[in-house]
Amino acid sequence: MELRSPSDILVEYLLAIQDYTLLAAQAVANLFRRPRYLNETLMQADSIGVGSLPVVMMTGFSIGAVLALQSSNTLQRFGSLSLTGQLVSLTMVRELGPVLSGLMVSGRNSSGMASELGSMKVTEQIDAMRALGTDPVKKLVTPRLISSTFMLLVLTVISDLVGMGGGWMVARFALGLDSNQYWSTAWQSLVFADVFMGLTKPLLFGFIIGSVGCYYGLSAKGGTQGVGRATTQAVVAASVLIVVVDFFYTKFLMIFMQLH
Amino acid sequence: MSVSDIATPQPATSETVHKTIIFDHVSIAFDENVVLDDVSFELNRGETKMLLGVLGSGKSTILKMAIGLVRPDRGDVYLLGHHVNAMKEEDLFDLRRQVGMVFQESALFDSLTVRENVAYRLIEENVPPEEIEQRVREALRFVELEHTIDQFPSELSGGMRRRVAIARAIISHPEVLLYDSPTAGLDPVTSTTIIELLVKQRDVYHTSALMVTHRLPDTFTMASHYFNEKDNHMEPIPPGSPIQAPSSFLLLRDGKILFDGSVHDFVNSRDEYIREYIS
Repeated sequence: MELRSPSDILVEYLLAIQDYTLLAAQAVANLFRRPRYLNETLMQADSIGVGSLPVVMMTGFSIGAVLALQSSNTLQRFGSLSLTGQLVSLTMVRELGPVLSGLMVSGRNSSGMASELGSMKVTEQIDAMRALGTDPVKKLVTPRLISSTFMLLVLTVISDLVGMGGGWMVARFALGLDSNQYWSTAWQSLVFADVFMGLTKPLLFGFIIGSVGCYYGLSAKGGTQGVGRATTQAVVAASVLIVVVDFFYTKFLMIFMQLH
Repeated sequence: MSVSDIATPQPATSETVHKTIIFDHVSIAFDENVVLDDVSFELNRGETKMLLGVLGSGKSTILKMAIGLVRPDRGDVYLLGHHVNAMKEEDLFDLRRQVGMVFQESALFDSLTVRENVAYRLIEENVPPEEIEQRVREALRFVELEHTIDQFPSELSGGMRRRVAIARAIISHPEVLLYDSPTAGLDPVTSTTIIELLVKQRDVYHTSALMVTHRLPDTFTMASHYFNEKDNHMEPIPPGSPIQAPSSFLLLRDGKILFDGSVHDFVNSRDEYIREYIS
Protein backbone atom coordinates (compact mmCIF):
# COMPACT_ATOMS: atom_id res chain seq x y z
CA MET A 1 0.00 0.00 0.00
CA GLU A 2 1.27 3.45 -0.95
CA LEU A 3 2.12 5.73 1.96
CA ARG A 4 0.66 9.25 1.73
CA SER A 5 1.93 12.40 3.36
CA PRO A 6 -0.21 13.98 6.12
CA SER A 7 -0.48 17.19 4.08
CA ASP A 8 -2.01 15.25 1.15
CA ILE A 9 -4.53 13.65 3.50
CA LEU A 10 -5.37 17.06 5.01
CA VAL A 11 -5.85 18.60 1.56
CA GLU A 12 -8.12 15.71 0.60
CA TYR A 13 -10.25 16.22 3.72
CA LEU A 14 -10.49 19.96 3.12
CA LEU A 15 -11.51 19.40 -0.49
CA ALA A 16 -14.14 16.90 0.64
CA ILE A 17 -15.54 19.43 3.14
CA GLN A 18 -15.58 22.06 0.40
CA ASP A 19 -17.41 19.74 -2.01
CA TYR A 20 -19.89 18.71 0.69
CA THR A 21 -20.60 22.34 1.58
CA LEU A 22 -21.09 23.30 -2.07
CA LEU A 23 -23.44 20.36 -2.65
CA ALA A 24 -25.49 21.16 0.46
CA ALA A 25 -25.66 24.87 -0.44
CA GLN A 26 -26.69 24.07 -4.01
CA ALA A 27 -29.37 21.65 -2.80
CA VAL A 28 -30.79 24.30 -0.46
CA ALA A 29 -30.65 27.01 -3.16
CA ASN A 30 -32.63 24.67 -5.44
CA LEU A 31 -35.59 25.03 -3.07
CA PHE A 32 -36.14 28.43 -4.65
CA ARG A 33 -35.54 27.38 -8.29
CA ARG A 34 -37.70 25.63 -10.83
CA PRO A 35 -38.40 22.90 -11.75
CA ARG A 36 -39.46 21.43 -8.44
CA TYR A 37 -39.76 17.67 -8.25
CA LEU A 38 -42.83 17.18 -6.05
CA ASN A 39 -43.36 13.54 -7.03
CA GLU A 40 -39.77 12.60 -6.20
CA THR A 41 -40.04 14.46 -2.89
CA LEU A 42 -43.23 12.61 -1.95
CA MET A 43 -41.74 9.26 -2.96
CA GLN A 44 -38.68 9.93 -0.82
CA ALA A 45 -40.88 11.11 2.05
CA ASP A 46 -42.75 7.82 1.82
CA SER A 47 -39.57 5.79 1.67
CA ILE A 48 -37.86 7.64 4.52
CA GLY A 49 -40.89 8.37 6.68
CA VAL A 50 -43.22 5.41 6.30
CA GLY A 51 -40.34 3.02 5.64
CA SER A 52 -38.53 3.98 8.84
CA LEU A 53 -41.65 4.07 11.02
CA PRO A 54 -41.48 0.48 12.37
CA VAL A 55 -37.81 0.67 13.34
CA VAL A 56 -38.18 4.13 14.93
CA MET A 57 -41.28 3.05 16.88
CA MET A 58 -39.67 -0.15 18.12
CA THR A 59 -36.53 1.70 19.19
CA GLY A 60 -38.48 4.52 20.84
CA PHE A 61 -40.71 2.10 22.76
CA SER A 62 -37.80 -0.03 23.97
CA ILE A 63 -35.72 2.97 25.03
CA GLY A 64 -38.65 4.56 26.90
CA ALA A 65 -39.35 1.28 28.68
CA VAL A 66 -35.75 0.56 29.58
CA LEU A 67 -35.27 4.17 30.73
CA ALA A 68 -38.12 3.77 33.22
CA LEU A 69 -36.75 0.41 34.30
CA GLN A 70 -33.15 1.58 34.78
CA SER A 71 -34.04 4.80 36.53
CA SER A 72 -36.54 3.19 38.92
CA ASN A 73 -33.80 1.83 41.15
CA THR A 74 -32.14 5.20 41.67
CA LEU A 75 -35.42 7.13 41.97
CA GLN A 76 -36.71 4.63 44.53
CA ARG A 77 -33.57 5.12 46.61
CA PHE A 78 -34.41 8.84 46.90
CA GLY A 79 -38.12 8.19 47.31
CA SER A 80 -38.89 9.87 44.01
CA LEU A 81 -40.34 7.01 41.99
CA SER A 82 -43.28 9.24 41.13
CA LEU A 83 -40.95 11.31 38.96
CA THR A 84 -40.51 8.45 36.47
CA GLY A 85 -42.86 10.12 33.98
CA GLN A 86 -40.94 13.39 34.14
CA LEU A 87 -37.59 11.65 33.68
CA VAL A 88 -38.78 9.60 30.72
CA SER A 89 -40.52 12.48 28.96
CA LEU A 90 -37.68 14.98 29.42
CA THR A 91 -35.03 12.50 28.32
CA MET A 92 -37.04 11.31 25.35
CA VAL A 93 -38.08 14.75 24.11
CA ARG A 94 -34.81 16.59 24.66
CA GLU A 95 -32.28 13.91 23.82
CA LEU A 96 -33.04 10.29 23.11
CA GLY A 97 -35.99 10.77 20.75
CA PRO A 98 -34.12 12.98 18.25
CA VAL A 99 -30.74 11.25 18.56
CA LEU A 100 -31.96 7.66 18.39
CA SER A 101 -34.41 8.38 15.59
CA GLY A 102 -31.59 10.19 13.78
CA LEU A 103 -29.22 7.27 14.21
CA MET A 104 -31.86 4.74 13.11
CA VAL A 105 -32.85 6.76 10.05
CA SER A 106 -29.19 7.41 9.30
CA GLY A 107 -28.42 3.68 9.35
CA ARG A 108 -31.35 2.97 7.09
CA ASN A 109 -31.46 5.95 4.75
CA SER A 110 -27.97 7.48 4.51
CA SER A 111 -26.78 4.09 3.35
CA GLY A 112 -29.75 3.75 1.00
CA MET A 113 -29.14 7.14 -0.57
CA ALA A 114 -25.38 6.55 -0.87
CA SER A 115 -25.82 3.14 -2.49
CA GLU A 116 -28.58 4.29 -4.86
CA LEU A 117 -26.80 7.44 -6.03
CA GLY A 118 -23.43 5.66 -5.95
CA SER A 119 -24.72 2.93 -8.29
CA MET A 120 -26.10 5.61 -10.60
CA LYS A 121 -22.76 7.40 -10.52
CA VAL A 122 -20.58 4.40 -11.38
CA THR A 123 -22.92 3.25 -14.16
CA GLU A 124 -22.86 6.76 -15.75
CA GLN A 125 -26.57 7.30 -15.03
CA ILE A 126 -25.75 10.62 -13.34
CA ASP A 127 -23.79 11.72 -16.42
CA ALA A 128 -26.68 10.52 -18.60
CA MET A 129 -29.05 12.64 -16.54
CA ARG A 130 -26.83 15.70 -17.02
CA ALA A 131 -26.53 14.91 -20.73
CA LEU A 132 -30.34 14.76 -20.94
CA GLY A 133 -30.53 18.29 -19.56
CA THR A 134 -31.51 17.50 -15.97
CA ASP A 135 -29.70 18.84 -12.92
CA PRO A 136 -29.02 15.76 -10.75
CA VAL A 137 -28.75 17.92 -7.62
CA LYS A 138 -32.20 19.34 -8.27
CA LYS A 139 -33.73 16.01 -9.22
CA LEU A 140 -32.00 13.67 -6.76
CA VAL A 141 -30.46 15.60 -3.86
CA THR A 142 -32.97 18.33 -3.04
CA PRO A 143 -35.99 15.96 -2.75
CA ARG A 144 -33.98 13.65 -0.45
CA LEU A 145 -32.84 16.58 1.66
CA ILE A 146 -36.37 17.97 2.09
CA SER A 147 -37.81 14.53 2.83
CA SER A 148 -35.17 13.45 5.33
CA THR A 149 -35.36 16.80 7.16
CA PHE A 150 -39.12 16.92 7.57
CA MET A 151 -39.79 13.21 7.93
CA LEU A 152 -37.24 12.91 10.73
CA LEU A 153 -39.16 15.63 12.58
CA VAL A 154 -42.37 13.62 12.27
CA LEU A 155 -40.62 10.37 13.19
CA THR A 156 -39.06 11.99 16.25
CA VAL A 157 -42.44 13.19 17.52
CA ILE A 158 -43.79 9.66 17.08
CA SER A 159 -40.71 8.19 18.76
CA ASP A 160 -41.11 10.57 21.72
CA LEU A 161 -44.75 9.58 22.17
CA VAL A 162 -44.11 5.87 21.79
CA GLY A 163 -41.12 6.16 24.15
CA MET A 164 -43.31 7.76 26.79
CA GLY A 165 -45.79 4.95 26.17
CA GLY A 166 -43.02 2.41 26.77
CA GLY A 167 -42.10 4.18 30.00
CA TRP A 168 -45.74 4.14 31.08
CA MET A 169 -45.98 0.36 30.48
CA VAL A 170 -43.06 -0.24 32.82
CA ALA A 171 -44.22 2.37 35.34
CA ARG A 172 -47.75 0.97 35.42
CA PHE A 173 -47.19 -2.78 35.24
CA ALA A 174 -43.67 -3.28 36.65
CA LEU A 175 -43.35 -0.42 39.12
CA GLY A 176 -47.01 -0.20 40.08
CA LEU A 177 -47.26 3.58 39.54
CA ASP A 178 -50.57 5.29 38.90
CA SER A 179 -51.22 6.07 35.23
CA ASN A 180 -52.58 9.57 35.92
CA GLN A 181 -49.58 10.41 38.00
CA TYR A 182 -47.19 9.16 35.32
CA TRP A 183 -48.81 11.10 32.49
CA SER A 184 -49.38 14.30 34.44
CA THR A 185 -45.72 14.51 35.54
CA ALA A 186 -44.67 13.58 32.01
CA TRP A 187 -46.67 16.42 30.41
CA GLN A 188 -46.29 19.06 33.09
CA SER A 189 -42.51 18.81 33.24
CA LEU A 190 -42.17 19.81 29.60
CA VAL A 191 -41.66 23.52 28.94
CA PHE A 192 -41.33 25.41 25.64
CA ALA A 193 -37.53 25.23 25.66
CA ASP A 194 -37.61 21.41 25.94
CA VAL A 195 -40.05 21.08 23.06
CA PHE A 196 -38.09 23.62 21.00
CA MET A 197 -34.89 21.65 21.53
CA GLY A 198 -36.62 18.38 20.75
CA LEU A 199 -38.17 19.67 17.55
CA THR A 200 -35.21 21.57 16.10
CA LYS A 201 -32.69 18.78 16.60
CA PRO A 202 -34.39 16.42 14.11
CA LEU A 203 -34.36 19.19 11.51
CA LEU A 204 -30.58 19.41 11.85
CA PHE A 205 -30.11 15.65 11.96
CA GLY A 206 -32.40 15.10 8.98
CA PHE A 207 -30.40 17.61 6.97
CA ILE A 208 -27.19 15.79 7.93
CA ILE A 209 -28.66 12.40 6.93
CA GLY A 210 -29.84 13.62 3.51
CA SER A 211 -26.81 15.70 2.61
CA VAL A 212 -24.18 13.21 3.81
CA GLY A 213 -25.92 10.25 2.11
CA CYS A 214 -26.18 12.13 -1.19
CA TYR A 215 -22.64 13.51 -0.97
CA TYR A 216 -21.08 10.07 -0.52
CA GLY A 217 -23.30 8.62 -3.24
CA LEU A 218 -22.36 11.28 -5.77
CA SER A 219 -18.68 10.97 -4.85
CA ALA A 220 -18.59 7.19 -5.33
CA LYS A 221 -16.04 5.84 -7.78
CA GLY A 222 -14.48 2.50 -8.52
CA GLY A 223 -17.38 0.20 -9.37
CA THR A 224 -19.34 -1.91 -6.90
CA GLN A 225 -16.51 -1.83 -4.37
CA GLY A 226 -16.61 1.96 -4.48
CA VAL A 227 -20.37 1.94 -3.92
CA GLY A 228 -19.93 -0.34 -0.88
CA ARG A 229 -17.26 1.97 0.49
CA ALA A 230 -19.45 5.05 -0.06
CA THR A 231 -22.35 3.35 1.73
CA THR A 232 -20.29 2.52 4.80
CA GLN A 233 -18.68 5.96 4.91
CA ALA A 234 -22.09 7.65 4.63
CA VAL A 235 -23.49 5.79 7.65
CA VAL A 236 -20.38 6.34 9.76
CA ALA A 237 -20.07 10.05 8.85
CA ALA A 238 -23.77 10.78 9.33
CA SER A 239 -23.91 8.95 12.70
CA VAL A 240 -20.77 10.64 14.04
CA LEU A 241 -21.94 14.04 12.80
CA ILE A 242 -25.33 13.57 14.48
CA VAL A 243 -23.73 12.78 17.85
CA VAL A 244 -21.18 15.61 17.60
CA VAL A 245 -23.69 18.20 16.37
CA ASP A 246 -26.08 17.06 19.11
CA PHE A 247 -23.53 17.92 21.80
CA PHE A 248 -22.70 21.37 20.43
CA TYR A 249 -26.31 22.24 19.63
CA THR A 250 -27.44 21.19 23.11
CA LYS A 251 -24.70 23.30 24.67
CA PHE A 252 -25.64 26.22 22.41
CA LEU A 253 -29.31 26.05 23.42
CA MET A 254 -28.45 25.65 27.07
CA ILE A 255 -26.51 28.90 26.92
CA PHE A 256 -28.90 30.91 24.79
CA MET A 257 -32.20 29.59 26.16
CA GLN A 258 -30.88 29.24 29.69
CA LEU A 259 -31.90 25.62 29.81
CA HIS A 260 -30.70 23.34 32.56
CA MET B 1 -12.39 29.71 -41.37
CA SER B 2 -10.09 27.57 -39.32
CA VAL B 3 -10.49 26.92 -35.63
CA SER B 4 -7.31 28.82 -34.85
CA ASP B 5 -8.83 31.92 -36.44
CA ILE B 6 -11.12 32.28 -33.47
CA ALA B 7 -9.13 34.74 -31.41
CA THR B 8 -11.56 35.62 -28.64
CA PRO B 9 -14.21 33.21 -27.37
CA GLN B 10 -17.64 34.52 -28.25
CA PRO B 11 -20.99 33.04 -27.17
CA ALA B 12 -22.37 32.82 -30.69
CA THR B 13 -20.83 34.19 -33.85
CA SER B 14 -21.68 33.30 -37.42
CA GLU B 15 -18.39 31.37 -37.60
CA THR B 16 -18.98 29.25 -34.53
CA VAL B 17 -22.64 28.68 -35.39
CA HIS B 18 -21.68 27.41 -38.83
CA LYS B 19 -19.90 24.42 -37.30
CA THR B 20 -21.67 22.00 -34.99
CA ILE B 21 -18.70 21.37 -32.72
CA ILE B 22 -15.34 23.13 -32.55
CA PHE B 23 -12.41 22.08 -30.40
CA ASP B 24 -9.83 24.86 -30.27
CA HIS B 25 -6.42 23.89 -28.84
CA VAL B 26 -7.99 21.77 -26.11
CA SER B 27 -5.84 20.07 -23.48
CA ILE B 28 -6.75 18.04 -20.41
CA ALA B 29 -4.89 15.89 -17.90
CA PHE B 30 -6.20 13.61 -15.18
CA ASP B 31 -3.81 13.70 -12.22
CA GLU B 32 -0.49 13.72 -14.05
CA ASN B 33 -1.68 11.79 -17.08
CA VAL B 34 -2.07 14.05 -20.12
CA VAL B 35 -5.07 12.72 -22.05
CA LEU B 36 -5.53 15.40 -24.70
CA ASP B 37 -2.78 17.78 -25.74
CA ASP B 38 -3.62 20.78 -27.92
CA VAL B 39 -6.42 19.09 -29.84
CA SER B 40 -8.25 21.11 -32.51
CA PHE B 41 -10.93 19.92 -34.92
CA GLU B 42 -14.35 20.85 -36.30
CA LEU B 43 -17.53 18.92 -36.95
CA ASN B 44 -19.52 20.20 -39.91
CA ARG B 45 -23.30 20.22 -39.93
CA GLY B 46 -24.76 16.92 -41.09
CA GLU B 47 -21.40 15.17 -40.89
CA THR B 48 -20.52 12.06 -38.87
CA LYS B 49 -16.96 12.09 -37.57
CA MET B 50 -15.52 8.78 -36.39
CA LEU B 51 -13.11 9.12 -33.46
CA LEU B 52 -10.49 6.39 -33.48
CA GLY B 53 -7.58 5.56 -31.22
CA VAL B 54 -6.31 3.02 -28.76
CA LEU B 55 -7.84 2.58 -25.28
CA GLY B 56 -7.30 5.61 -23.06
CA SER B 57 -6.51 7.93 -25.95
CA GLY B 58 -9.16 10.43 -24.84
CA LYS B 59 -11.98 9.65 -27.29
CA SER B 60 -14.73 9.41 -24.67
CA THR B 61 -13.32 12.50 -22.95
CA ILE B 62 -13.84 14.43 -26.20
CA LEU B 63 -17.52 13.44 -26.23
CA LYS B 64 -17.99 14.44 -22.60
CA MET B 65 -16.17 17.73 -23.19
CA ALA B 66 -18.36 18.53 -26.19
CA ILE B 67 -21.39 18.89 -23.89
CA GLY B 68 -19.55 20.19 -20.85
CA LEU B 69 -19.68 17.05 -18.71
CA VAL B 70 -15.90 17.44 -18.43
CA ARG B 71 -14.13 20.82 -18.62
CA PRO B 72 -10.80 21.24 -20.44
CA ASP B 73 -7.72 22.49 -18.61
CA ARG B 74 -6.87 24.70 -21.60
CA GLY B 75 -8.49 25.63 -24.89
CA ASP B 76 -12.07 26.29 -25.96
CA VAL B 77 -14.98 24.05 -26.90
CA TYR B 78 -17.91 25.33 -28.96
CA LEU B 79 -21.18 23.50 -29.38
CA LEU B 80 -23.82 24.89 -31.76
CA GLY B 81 -22.17 28.28 -31.46
CA HIS B 82 -22.03 28.30 -27.66
CA HIS B 83 -18.76 28.54 -25.81
CA VAL B 84 -19.28 25.45 -23.65
CA ASN B 85 -16.43 25.79 -21.17
CA ALA B 86 -17.34 29.40 -20.44
CA MET B 87 -20.92 28.46 -19.50
CA LYS B 88 -22.23 27.70 -16.03
CA GLU B 89 -23.50 24.17 -15.40
CA GLU B 90 -27.08 25.40 -14.96
CA ASP B 91 -26.95 27.18 -18.34
CA LEU B 92 -25.58 24.06 -20.02
CA PHE B 93 -28.71 22.03 -19.25
CA ASP B 94 -30.73 23.91 -21.89
CA LEU B 95 -27.96 23.50 -24.48
CA ARG B 96 -27.65 19.77 -23.76
CA ARG B 97 -31.32 19.33 -24.65
CA GLN B 98 -30.27 19.91 -28.28
CA VAL B 99 -27.82 17.01 -28.10
CA GLY B 100 -28.36 13.27 -27.81
CA MET B 101 -25.72 11.08 -26.23
CA VAL B 102 -25.40 7.30 -26.28
CA PHE B 103 -23.09 6.11 -23.51
CA GLN B 104 -20.73 3.17 -23.82
CA GLU B 105 -22.66 1.04 -21.33
CA SER B 106 -25.99 2.58 -22.41
CA ALA B 107 -26.45 4.29 -19.00
CA LEU B 108 -30.18 3.57 -18.99
CA PHE B 109 -31.97 4.37 -15.72
CA ASP B 110 -32.30 0.88 -14.30
CA SER B 111 -35.28 1.65 -12.07
CA LEU B 112 -37.33 2.98 -14.99
CA THR B 113 -39.02 1.01 -17.75
CA VAL B 114 -38.02 1.31 -21.39
CA ARG B 115 -41.00 3.65 -21.91
CA GLU B 116 -39.90 5.91 -19.03
CA ASN B 117 -36.27 5.85 -20.14
CA VAL B 118 -37.07 6.84 -23.71
CA ALA B 119 -39.63 9.41 -22.57
CA TYR B 120 -37.33 10.87 -19.92
CA ARG B 121 -36.53 14.12 -21.72
CA LEU B 122 -40.15 14.66 -22.79
CA ILE B 123 -41.43 14.09 -19.24
CA GLU B 124 -38.93 16.64 -17.97
CA GLU B 125 -40.20 19.11 -20.56
CA ASN B 126 -43.82 18.53 -19.46
CA VAL B 127 -44.94 17.29 -22.88
CA PRO B 128 -48.59 16.06 -22.79
CA PRO B 129 -48.85 12.30 -22.02
CA GLU B 130 -50.58 11.43 -25.33
CA GLU B 131 -47.78 13.06 -27.32
CA ILE B 132 -45.16 11.34 -25.15
CA GLU B 133 -46.72 7.93 -25.81
CA GLN B 134 -46.84 8.58 -29.54
CA ARG B 135 -43.24 9.82 -29.75
CA VAL B 136 -41.90 7.02 -27.53
CA ARG B 137 -43.51 4.42 -29.76
CA GLU B 138 -42.17 6.21 -32.83
CA ALA B 139 -38.62 6.24 -31.41
CA LEU B 140 -38.85 2.60 -30.35
CA ARG B 141 -40.20 1.66 -33.76
CA PHE B 142 -37.16 3.40 -35.27
CA VAL B 143 -34.90 1.03 -33.32
CA GLU B 144 -37.34 -1.87 -33.82
CA LEU B 145 -37.96 -2.41 -30.11
CA GLU B 146 -41.57 -1.30 -29.67
CA HIS B 147 -42.42 -4.62 -28.02
CA THR B 148 -40.05 -3.94 -25.13
CA ILE B 149 -41.85 -0.75 -24.06
CA ASP B 150 -42.93 -2.08 -20.65
CA GLN B 151 -39.76 -3.98 -19.85
CA PHE B 152 -36.93 -2.89 -17.56
CA PRO B 153 -33.38 -2.45 -18.90
CA SER B 154 -32.19 -5.47 -16.89
CA GLU B 155 -34.55 -7.67 -18.94
CA LEU B 156 -32.91 -6.67 -22.24
CA SER B 157 -29.78 -7.92 -23.98
CA GLY B 158 -26.73 -5.67 -24.41
CA GLY B 159 -27.61 -4.86 -28.01
CA MET B 160 -31.22 -4.07 -27.13
CA ARG B 161 -30.10 -1.77 -24.33
CA ARG B 162 -27.84 0.06 -26.78
CA ARG B 163 -30.79 0.46 -29.16
CA VAL B 164 -33.03 1.79 -26.36
CA ALA B 165 -30.24 4.26 -25.54
CA ILE B 166 -30.28 5.38 -29.18
CA ALA B 167 -34.07 5.78 -29.02
CA ARG B 168 -33.68 7.88 -25.85
CA ALA B 169 -31.06 10.03 -27.56
CA ILE B 170 -33.04 10.68 -30.75
CA ILE B 171 -36.55 11.17 -29.33
CA SER B 172 -36.23 14.95 -29.18
CA HIS B 173 -34.72 15.09 -32.69
CA PRO B 174 -31.41 16.58 -31.50
CA GLU B 175 -29.13 18.59 -33.75
CA VAL B 176 -26.08 16.63 -32.63
CA LEU B 177 -25.59 13.02 -31.59
CA LEU B 178 -22.64 11.70 -29.60
CA TYR B 179 -22.12 7.93 -29.74
CA ASP B 180 -19.64 6.36 -27.33
CA SER B 181 -18.67 2.94 -28.73
CA PRO B 182 -22.24 2.04 -29.75
CA THR B 183 -21.21 -1.37 -31.07
CA ALA B 184 -18.61 -2.35 -28.45
CA GLY B 185 -18.96 -5.90 -27.22
CA LEU B 186 -21.78 -6.77 -29.59
CA ASP B 187 -21.97 -9.60 -32.10
CA PRO B 188 -21.54 -8.70 -35.80
CA VAL B 189 -25.26 -9.00 -36.63
CA THR B 190 -26.33 -6.69 -33.80
CA SER B 191 -23.48 -4.31 -34.64
CA THR B 192 -24.70 -4.06 -38.22
CA THR B 193 -28.24 -3.36 -36.97
CA ILE B 194 -26.94 -0.50 -34.85
CA ILE B 195 -24.73 0.90 -37.60
CA GLU B 196 -27.76 0.81 -39.91
CA LEU B 197 -29.67 2.89 -37.33
CA LEU B 198 -26.86 5.43 -37.19
CA VAL B 199 -26.71 5.64 -40.99
CA LYS B 200 -30.49 6.06 -41.04
CA GLN B 201 -30.27 8.89 -38.50
CA ARG B 202 -27.49 10.55 -40.51
CA ASP B 203 -29.16 10.26 -43.93
CA VAL B 204 -32.82 10.67 -42.99
CA TYR B 205 -32.55 13.39 -40.32
CA HIS B 206 -29.13 14.80 -41.37
CA THR B 207 -27.99 14.87 -37.76
CA SER B 208 -24.37 15.79 -37.05
CA ALA B 209 -22.58 13.13 -35.01
CA LEU B 210 -19.35 12.26 -33.26
CA MET B 211 -18.87 8.52 -32.94
CA VAL B 212 -16.22 6.88 -30.80
CA THR B 213 -15.42 3.37 -31.95
CA HIS B 214 -12.77 0.67 -31.91
CA ARG B 215 -14.32 -1.27 -34.76
CA LEU B 216 -12.86 -0.18 -38.08
CA PRO B 217 -15.28 -2.29 -40.16
CA ASP B 218 -18.17 -0.31 -38.66
CA THR B 219 -16.58 2.99 -39.64
CA PHE B 220 -15.98 1.80 -43.20
CA THR B 221 -19.58 0.61 -43.40
CA MET B 222 -20.78 4.03 -42.30
CA ALA B 223 -18.54 5.77 -44.81
CA SER B 224 -19.48 3.53 -47.73
CA HIS B 225 -23.23 3.03 -47.21
CA TYR B 226 -26.33 5.19 -47.41
CA PHE B 227 -29.87 4.69 -46.19
CA ASN B 228 -32.44 3.86 -48.83
CA GLU B 229 -35.64 5.36 -47.43
CA LYS B 230 -37.83 3.63 -50.02
CA ASP B 231 -36.71 0.14 -49.05
CA ASN B 232 -36.04 1.11 -45.43
CA HIS B 233 -32.64 -0.48 -45.69
CA MET B 234 -28.95 0.45 -45.66
CA GLU B 235 -27.22 -0.11 -48.99
CA PRO B 236 -23.67 0.30 -50.33
CA ILE B 237 -23.13 3.49 -52.33
CA PRO B 238 -22.82 2.34 -55.96
CA PRO B 239 -19.51 3.29 -57.65
CA GLY B 240 -19.81 6.61 -59.51
CA SER B 241 -23.05 7.47 -57.70
CA PRO B 242 -23.60 11.13 -56.69
CA ILE B 243 -24.88 9.93 -53.29
CA GLN B 244 -22.60 11.01 -50.48
CA ALA B 245 -22.07 9.62 -47.01
CA PRO B 246 -20.92 12.70 -45.08
CA SER B 247 -18.33 10.98 -42.89
CA SER B 248 -14.80 11.74 -41.77
CA PHE B 249 -12.15 10.10 -39.61
CA LEU B 250 -10.15 11.44 -36.69
CA LEU B 251 -7.35 9.35 -35.21
CA LEU B 252 -5.83 10.16 -31.84
CA ARG B 253 -2.39 9.10 -30.72
CA ASP B 254 -0.68 10.01 -27.45
CA GLY B 255 -3.19 12.77 -26.79
CA LYS B 256 -2.69 14.43 -30.17
CA ILE B 257 -4.56 14.24 -33.47
CA LEU B 258 -2.63 12.09 -35.89
CA PHE B 259 -5.21 12.21 -38.68
CA ASP B 260 -8.33 14.26 -39.41
CA GLY B 261 -9.81 13.87 -42.85
CA SER B 262 -11.86 11.82 -45.28
CA VAL B 263 -12.08 8.05 -45.45
CA HIS B 264 -10.26 8.15 -48.78
CA ASP B 265 -7.28 10.00 -47.30
CA PHE B 266 -7.33 7.75 -44.26
CA VAL B 267 -7.21 4.55 -46.26
CA ASN B 268 -4.52 5.89 -48.58
CA SER B 269 -2.38 7.40 -45.83
CA ARG B 270 1.28 6.44 -45.90
CA ASP B 271 1.75 7.09 -42.20
CA GLU B 272 3.19 3.95 -40.66
CA TYR B 273 1.04 4.11 -37.53
CA ILE B 274 -2.15 4.54 -39.58
CA ARG B 275 -1.21 1.64 -41.87
CA GLU B 276 -0.59 -0.51 -38.82
CA TYR B 277 -3.85 0.68 -37.23
CA ILE B 278 -5.84 -0.22 -40.34
CA SER B 279 -4.24 -3.60 -40.73
